Amino acid sequence: MKVLVPVKRVIDYNVKVRVKADGSGVDLANVKMSMNPFDEIAVEQAIRLREAGKADEVVAVSIGVKQSQETLRTALAMGADRAILVIAADDVHTDIEPLAVAKILKAIVDEEQPGIVLAGKQAIDNDMNATGQMLSALLGWSQGTFASELDVDGDSATVTREVDGGLQTIKVKMPAIITVDLRLNEPRYASLPNIMKAKKKPLDEKTAADYGVDVTPRLEIVGTTEPEARAAGIKVGSVDELVEKLKEAGAV
Amino acid sequence: MAVLLLAEVTDGELALDATAKAVTAAAKLGDVTALCAGANAAAAGEAAAKIEGVSKVLVAEDASLGHRLAEPTAALIASLAGDYEHIVAPATTDAKNVLPRVAALLDVMVISDVSGVVDGNTFERPIYAGNAIQTVKSSDSKKVVSFRTSTFDAAGEDGSASVETIGAAADPALSEWVEDKVAASDRPELTSAGVVVSGGRGVGSEESFALIETLADKLGAAVGASRAAVDSGYAPNDWQVGQTGKVVAPDLYVAVGISGAIQHLAGMKDSKIIVAINKDEEAPIFQVADFGLVADLFDAVPELTEKLG
Ligand SMILES: Cc1cc2nc3c(=O)[nH]c(=O)nc-3n(C[C@H](O)[C@H](O)[C@H](O)COP(=O)(O)OP(=O)(O)OC[C@H]3O[C@@H](n4cnc5c(N)ncnc54)[C@H](O)[C@@H]3O)c2cc1C
Ligand SMILES: Cc1cc2nc3c(=O)[nH]c(=O)nc-3n(C[C@H](O)[C@H](O)[C@H](O)COP(=O)(O)OP(=O)(O)OC[C@H]3O[C@@H](n4cnc5c(N)ncnc54)[C@H](O)[C@@H]3O)c2cc1C
Repeated sequence: MKVLVPVKRVIDYNVKVRVKADGSGVDLANVKMSMNPFDEIAVEQAIRLREAGKADEVVAVSIGVKQSQETLRTALAMGADRAILVIAADDVHTDIEPLAVAKILKAIVDEEQPGIVLAGKQAIDNDMNATGQMLSALLGWSQGTFASELDVDGDSATVTREVDGGLQTIKVKMPAIITVDLRLNEPRYASLPNIMKAKKKPLDEKTAADYGVDVTPRLEIVGTTEPEARAAGIKVGSVDELVEKLKEAGAV
Repeated sequence: MAVLLLAEVTDGELALDATAKAVTAAAKLGDVTALCAGANAAAAGEAAAKIEGVSKVLVAEDASLGHRLAEPTAALIASLAGDYEHIVAPATTDAKNVLPRVAALLDVMVISDVSGVVDGNTFERPIYAGNAIQTVKSSDSKKVVSFRTSTFDAAGEDGSASVETIGAAADPALSEWVEDKVAASDRPELTSAGVVVSGGRGVGSEESFALIETLADKLGAAVGASRAAVDSGYAPNDWQVGQTGKVVAPDLYVAVGISGAIQHLAGMKDSKIIVAINKDEEAPIFQVADFGLVADLFDAVPELTEKLG
């Protein structure tokens, strides 16, 4: 079985984002970019499936600007076997909407015929939480979202999902789309020798047009603003003072 | 213009708070029809009919809809979509599971976690863990939208909508339910509680989390946790507050032993009053706290619990 893992290049989760003064978006020039943290977990899970003998090949895919190949090299250094880069934008500030990403991924799934797609539950830049579910709809496959446990067994997979009420376990028919949550595993670090080896692994370069997908956004970004800042608070010197302040504020 | 709202129904019961908040947002878009789907949904339908702003309720009862599996629920909504310009829901994990699937079936984009309605096509939503607010305008013929409930007030309960029973769509039979692990609790629900007390890694163990729970019970509060506390096994996953957990905006939020990472702030910084108790005076949580107490939580929390008597 082949595993397909879509990985997105996003602003590093440690970077404090700044909204551009003209309100056109967030400043992404010269900031540290990394693989979406959820996607590291998806790559790790895919490699574990291969190590457990349940998969024989792990293919990483990224859609976006040319620089996304760095993200793919990270996936290859972690242990993915090969990668596909789909160039769909020139400017680092252009992000491709989940619907378009899902359409491109569908075309790749049709070509590659994976038995499972492991995606992140959400990308930490736009927090849409949509791509996996959309891909699943386009393919007519089952979906197991927000997975914190995954057990693939022949023609079905058991997925434990993190939901508002606690945990839900479902059984999905294969082939399936699984979107992974943070507690599924702890991703490995790529070792230096593996980073060197990754440079020689195959990385195919394609464009959105190769798959006949129109990536024109459905959503126009009208403006981007900073959220309202909170007024500065105070430090209290003791529990007594805290209780007094809370009473004054009518909070208790 | 007509709006179809997927009501939050769990095991036959309507989640009134989340649904009523989404109704407030949906009513800005047009006439609201609420869909209650489940193996049993009639009682939920009766409850939804009382929410002000709902003009009609559709009740779909079928075994395939029993556990809010994405595939049959999305198929049902897509089959109804022709009559509506907006398809909306509160941004719960159930809706986040279902709505993007509905949107892709309709070949439109989904607009997740909307915090403000500008007009029928234009919406505000937080991005980058709430560090920026984006206004997006949709050019799609149908808009599929989830609403961040913490930013809308719940609609009242004096409504009297008509209730109609409908059938389910054909079940694609792609997945089946195995089990739910839900901890029963007498505490208020995290996303609707007026007071939330949260513990972080600083609490140190599952046993010491009892300190947080005792303080919460004294305040009639819900209990929350940071991701680090959940990852370390001190607290269950459904207590997690933040970018990847729940978003809360209570009147009072008490953060204990939590450093204040942006991913945590994303889930609580719209709270009215924030109290932080942390032994490190440099902890970033103090930058958003109205009242900060630099202290060891093992001394401060029991003292606070006692003095709130
Ligand atoms: C500053 C800014 C500018 C923007 N400009 C534009 C614009 O010019 N045009 C436009 O169309 N939209 C633009 N957008 C909007 C944006 O496209 C969508 O809101 C966004 O794509 C939401 O999806 P997500 O990345 O959060 O995906 P999610 O659905 O949250 O991602 C979930 C998972 O899907 C997979 N995935 C997602 N994207 C990719 C990818 N590209 N490659 C591989 N795997 C992927 C990953 O596994 C990921 O973990 C902009 C947004 C911002 C903040
Ligand atoms: C993609 C992604 C998503 C994430 N999503 C979330 C999310 O949804 N929610 C979330 O919370 N985090 C999330 N995180 C994690 C986040 O980055 C932080 O790691 C996490 O919030 C830290 O939790 P903490 O504050 O409890 O722990 P720490 O940062 O370790 O802070 C512990 C604090 O306790 C204090 N302390 C220790 N002992 C005591 C004592 N005896 N008395 C008083 N104070 C004490 C310390 O001074 C310290 O400030 C996410 C991270 C990533 C990468």
